[in-house]
Amino acid sequence: MMENNDLLSRIIAEVLAEMGGSVPASAVESAVKASLSAPSGGSVSASSSVADINITTDITSKESKATPTLDNPADMDSLLRMKSKTPARIGVGRAGGRLKTQTMLTLRADHAAAKDAVFMDVDPALLEKMGLFSVTTMCSDKNQFLTRPDLGRRFSDETIREIQSKCAKNVDVQIYASDGLSSTAIKANLENILPAIMDGLKSKGISVGTPFYVKYGRVGAEDAISEALGCKVICVLIGERPGLATAESMSAYIAYNATVGMPEARRTVVSNIHSGGIAAVEAGAYIADLIEKILKAKKSGVELQNG
Amino acid sequence: MYRTLLSGQTFTFDSVKEVLAKANEEKSGDILAGVAAKSDIERVAAKEVLSQMTLHELRENPIVPYEEDDVTRLNQDGLNEHIYGSIKSWTVADLREWILSGSTTEADIRRISKGLTAEMVAAVAKLMGNLDLIYGAAKVQVPARCNTTIGLRGTLSTRLQPNHTTDNVDGITASLFEGLSYGCGDALLGLNPVNDTVSSLSEVLKRLDEVKNQFEIPTQICVLGHITTQIEAVKRGAPCDMIFQSIAGSEKGNRAFGFGTETVLEAKELLKKQGTAAGNNVMYFETGQGSELSSDAHYGADQVTMEARCYAYARNFAPFMVNTVVGFIGPEYLYDSKQVIRAGLEDHFMGKLSGVPMGCDCCYTNHMLADQNDIENLALMLGAAGANYILGVPTSDDIMLNYQTNAYHDVGAIREILGKRPIYEFDCWLEKMGITENGKLTKRAGDPTIFTQMRGLG
Repeated sequence: MMENNDLLSRIIAEVLAEMGGSVPASAVESAVKASLSAPSGGSVSASSSVADINITTDITSKESKATPTLDNPADMDSLLRMKSKTPARIGVGRAGGRLKTQTMLTLRADHAAAKDAVFMDVDPALLEKMGLFSVTTMCSDKNQFLTRPDLGRRFSDETIREIQSKCAKNVDVQIYASDGLSSTAIKANLENILPAIMDGLKSKGISVGTPFYVKYGRVGAEDAISEALGCKVICVLIGERPGLATAESMSAYIAYNATVGMPEARRTVVSNIHSGGIAAVEAGAYIADLIEKILKAKKSGVELQNG
Repeated sequence: MYRTLLSGQTFTFDSVKEVLAKANEEKSGDILAGVAAKSDIERVAAKEVLSQMTLHELRENPIVPYEEDDVTRLNQDGLNEHIYGSIKSWTVADLREWILSGSTTEADIRRISKGLTAEMVAAVAKLMGNLDLIYGAAKVQVPARCNTTIGLRGTLSTRLQPNHTTDNVDGITASLFEGLSYGCGDALLGLNPVNDTVSSLSEVLKRLDEVKNQFEIPTQICVLGHITTQIEAVKRGAPCDMIFQSIAGSEKGNRAFGFGTETVLEAKELLKKQGTAAGNNVMYFETGQGSELSSDAHYGADQVTMEARCYAYARNFAPFMVNTVVGFIGPEYLYDSKQVIRAGLEDHFMGKLSGVPMGCDCCYTNHMLADQNDIENLALMLGAAGANYILGVPTSDDIMLNYQTNAYHDVGAIREILGKRPIYEFDCWLEKMGITENGKLTKRAGDPTIFTQMRGLG
């Protein structure tokens, strides 16, 4: 239908153009409408040659993936048992030597969601709604962010001054969010997890700084922020590199007295935060408790684990 | 000082290391390391200078000093001086054209290989176009024997990788059966564990061994934990054909991976006495361009040269398989499909020229500019180049490592297109099981429950 319309538009525009001068788009549009609504008279009409397609089953859904597409397995009960033991895409069958069409499309859809999570930006409207101001690391665009992890950990002097002017200094805990490798993780979790952590900490009498958002951020950016604000504990909520199972997974990296160049082992990590892992609200409460523990122990990461 | 006049401009380079780095095809990892050519014309200038450099010059200028590094020492001390002596005055261009020459045979290349250092191998790869890399590699097969013999001409094998998010052995077995039913697994049944503990590794090894024995599958098994964990598991009696380790092109890189040459020798010696394999090739190494930079163990060198040094290191231990996990490392080292495909072809060529049994995990992560189409291209190219093996996972999605590689389906299609077969004993087994008939998948193929049924009857 779409293609037919485009073709028709083009022909009509060409014809009208030949008749003289430039043609406004609206004129073409009304001509197309008129032409489509007119009885065709012929044996093949535009409407009867194209059947409507309305797909109501989501092939990427859990239910759909749990259903084997293999034709005539020797033992269906056994196949269902096997599928229940692993999230791997088994029992999919084949089209000759290749994947079935549905299997191929499901895979492509999951990969598309993962790629969109990496390559699309967080919607500024979400940040505005949550009252978060936004700063950017030294990366000038997404490609640079992906290829220069060092720049994703650093800020210009001007940006550091902006952060310092907008945030309270020397608080117990500074929390911020960052896209990392999944903007989808921010979209899916931030509205639930951030208030849960903030409320949890406040109810424990712990002072929390002004939360904000860092675009094109790597985990290590938290060290520069920690130094700039002089907070005891820094916590970044950041999008994880998406897999095909979910593009929504977020991690929290928490460190006590973080400094630029400190060993990675000093970070405490809470990962797998998403609806299919640790749900955001639950994770928020857990992180608040964890931060309280870190503040008391005055250490984080491996040092905290080892007591 | 190296100098050339090209397109009306004069280019100078201070060291062999700089020439090698700038002669590379564009890679994001070399840019990240700050060693890449600044322009395309400088890249070609470096290639031109490199083409005129002698093998002697390269031998005398290892990119990591002999005194500081046992990868360099093993490479230099292990060289066949007689063979090296006969080619040391060759330029890299001479070596390139000799490899490509119609009168140079497989046996010739296998012999010369013993006189080449990693820097020479890397240098010639930098002067090869993609089709050159395929053409050169296709001339040579590097077989190895564990329980079966991999890498014979006319074969294309697979490592079956039945990974699971929690190492659940029944879940692993389910993926294993699915893969076997597609004709995968002749190179290896090999799992990447989530839990790198002796008990977890032992449990999975026991299950792999049980399946291998119950269905009399002529193949090998391995669980890819850290080398020290595997050693401990074998010491405590876990069945194991092969021990795995990721390796780097410098001693410092290997230390960052948590092992040294003494650890590899210990593993080999242990398997000689307590391993389950019949043959003598019992080590499995994985590599990938960029890993040295990620652990700051690259000594200011480019990632292709560091990668070649992995193969020079690996060949000291007569491995059964060496695997470049080419697209796993991410876009900061290999940016897009063009770079990943190039790296896969380079690694395979360099591995074979170094004399190691080479395969490739044709893979990509979701933050790279690559997709399944690209990886299918690479797998087909490597099939044509005579790679020993590629990977196979359920529907290309590795649920544990969160990346994509070849699907179980792929190897069968590539074998059919290129007229290749699995390892002979495994091929016979597939026919016996009714999974293939005359090398083609039967109606039973792709059904994992044929194994559970037989199990029930047995």
